[in-house]
Amino acid sequence: MSAQERKSQFLTVSNLPIKRLYTPQDLTDFNYERDLGYPGEYPFTRGIYHTMYRGRLWTMRQFAGFGGPEETNQRFKYLLREGQTGLSTAFDMPTLMGLDSDHPLADGEVGVEGVAVDTLRDFEILFEGIPLDQVTTSFTINPSAPVIYAMYIAIGDQQGVPREKLRGTIQNDMLKEFIAQKEWVIPPRPSLDLIVDIFEFGMKETPNFNLISISGYHIREAGSTAVQELAFTLADGMAYVEAALKRGLDIDRLGPQLSFFFNAHNSFFEEIAKFRAARRIWARIMRERYGAKNPDSWKLRFHTQTAGCTLTEQQPLNNIIRVTLQALAAVLGGTQSLHTNSYDEALALPSEEAVRIALRTQQIIAYESGVADTIDPLGGSYFVEALTNEIERRALEYIKRIEEMGGGSILEGVLAGIENGFFQREIAQAAYEYQKQVESGDQIIVGVNRYVMPEDEKKKIKILRVDPEVQRRQIERLRRVRAERDNRVVKRALERLEEAVRTRENTMPYILEAVKAYASVGEIMDVFRRIYGSYREPASFA
Amino acid sequence: MDRPIRVLLAKAGLDGHDRGVKVVARALRDAGMEVIYTGLHNTPEQVVKAALQEDVDVIGVSILSGAHLTIFRKITELMKQYGMKDVLLLGGGIIPDEDKPLLTEMGVKGLFGPGTSTQEIVEYIKSEVKRLRG
Repeated sequence: MSAQERKSQFLTVSNLPIKRLYTPQDLTDFNYERDLGYPGEYPFTRGIYHTMYRGRLWTMRQFAGFGGPEETNQRFKYLLREGQTGLSTAFDMPTLMGLDSDHPLADGEVGVEGVAVDTLRDFEILFEGIPLDQVTTSFTINPSAPVIYAMYIAIGDQQGVPREKLRGTIQNDMLKEFIAQKEWVIPPRPSLDLIVDIFEFGMKETPNFNLISISGYHIREAGSTAVQELAFTLADGMAYVEAALKRGLDIDRLGPQLSFFFNAHNSFFEEIAKFRAARRIWARIMRERYGAKNPDSWKLRFHTQTAGCTLTEQQPLNNIIRVTLQALAAVLGGTQSLHTNSYDEALALPSEEAVRIALRTQQIIAYESGVADTIDPLGGSYFVEALTNEIERRALEYIKRIEEMGGGSILEGVLAGIENGFFQREIAQAAYEYQKQVESGDQIIVGVNRYVMPEDEKKKIKILRVDPEVQRRQIERLRRVRAERDNRVVKRALERLEEAVRTRENTMPYILEAVKAYASVGEIMDVFRRIYGSYREPASFA
Repeated sequence: MDRPIRVLLAKAGLDGHDRGVKVVARALRDAGMEVIYTGLHNTPEQVVKAALQEDVDVIGVSILSGAHLTIFRKITELMKQYGMKDVLLLGGGIIPDEDKPLLTEMGVKGLFGPGTSTQEIVEYIKSEVKRLRG
């Protein structure tokens, strides 16, 4: 008998133990109707639509943005020409942090990590020649989300597009910022108020726009395990629902405008199980815990991005293969939209060629592999079902812990966890464990700690660089806008906004008014800074 | 016996990617060094002042926002201004190869990109600090 195996134990990248074989013994309590059901039906384990990809493929949505709005407008048009079906905007760090391009902290960062946006003038250039009723646009922005959302509405108004025809997503998820991605302006509690302002305004004004993208992606990139990604993200989602209910919003009108965003990492089956478990948990929570009655509120709709942290600087072409496997997991997990990373992203922002290959990867999966031709093809696999159950069980344990931290309230539990560093510690610990496994060789990374080559391939890659001229041009445009706009109108709008913040009125109509008067991102966010102060995280690496 | 090596680790600029710097901080501490971590969003002035105050042997700056040329230029100018010749300045993050000669010229001694093992960083710091202390 050869009982000898390659390793003493087999683990996923998140340290979940994997058995040699799965059989009906692993699913003794399995009930098809209760645990899986049919696609498009509660609890949606197999997918949220009756026909899934046989009806419509997922949206191929490549995240793009660099330089000024001129460059990004060109990249958007290029991607649409190449067959992309939705836009996704990356902003530069100053815009993300609510600072104008001429702020001292912005020096060297303008247009570098994404597109620079200061005023509505920049949005007019960004969407020049792109009719907003014919595209869906996603905005990856959080602390300054209300300003960017208002700018999009303002462009729609300019183009004469009715607001209910605006489609897309604003990320608007501050909890995961405090937990993992670390972009913020004001402290957690007032940040939540602002998010609920967007909910309340958006439910009436833009009913077809996702008002939040509750994101696990960044939690995972910061080093969490798959279970932590899932648990913390769902807990954040529950916290938003509780905050909205506290404001008196109707869960069944809000529910269908909530969306999610997950990471697709390396452990192929673990990721698929994670997506399936996510749908099942969310459906049950929305229906049973929060009493939602609209089936659309029960459906967890999500975007996926392949895991940026798995890309290697060494032998970068290998990244194409990694991205392919991760993208395949997302599709087998039933994602609604997908971003595939480019192979050169451990080196710099992606070049046009690299982005095209990433998009082609999705097109090959969609049109050549045949995996999209039947729904949830892995449903019923002893292994995948057992793993889905296991991930669900472990995620619910975490959610219970968070609930305990909040004395029965998930909202308070999440805020407490941020304030006492619980999430940050859990994630840093997982990241450190992973690094140790890489360095001991227990975790093999091809081209990094195994099959290493002299680094000649890297030299051949032509990377994208942002012209420093962009910063100068951006500052010049901002100054021109400030000189040409009616500054009395701007001042009045900002005063009215400040008054609304102080009296706890919904701030969105006032932000929209300020945006239309060409007030800048920094000027608008300064109103909130003045009242609530700037947030600073206690520094800790333990 | 030599006093332990003191290291200031800092996130400079606006990006919040702190996974790498936290892993490095723990690895250096586990290797017996004294580590001071500044947290996020520091200006070059804050980084250099903290290094002076803490009397460190090493400054490690993590930048993943692409602003490394601007930020390191300011940090190295300030270090010259304050006469910090015997402090070892290191950088980590996403830094393209073609920028490396320029950073070296400014006075950034070691650059550690994605895929670097923490062991490599520990050994580098130990041998360089030994040299600097003579």
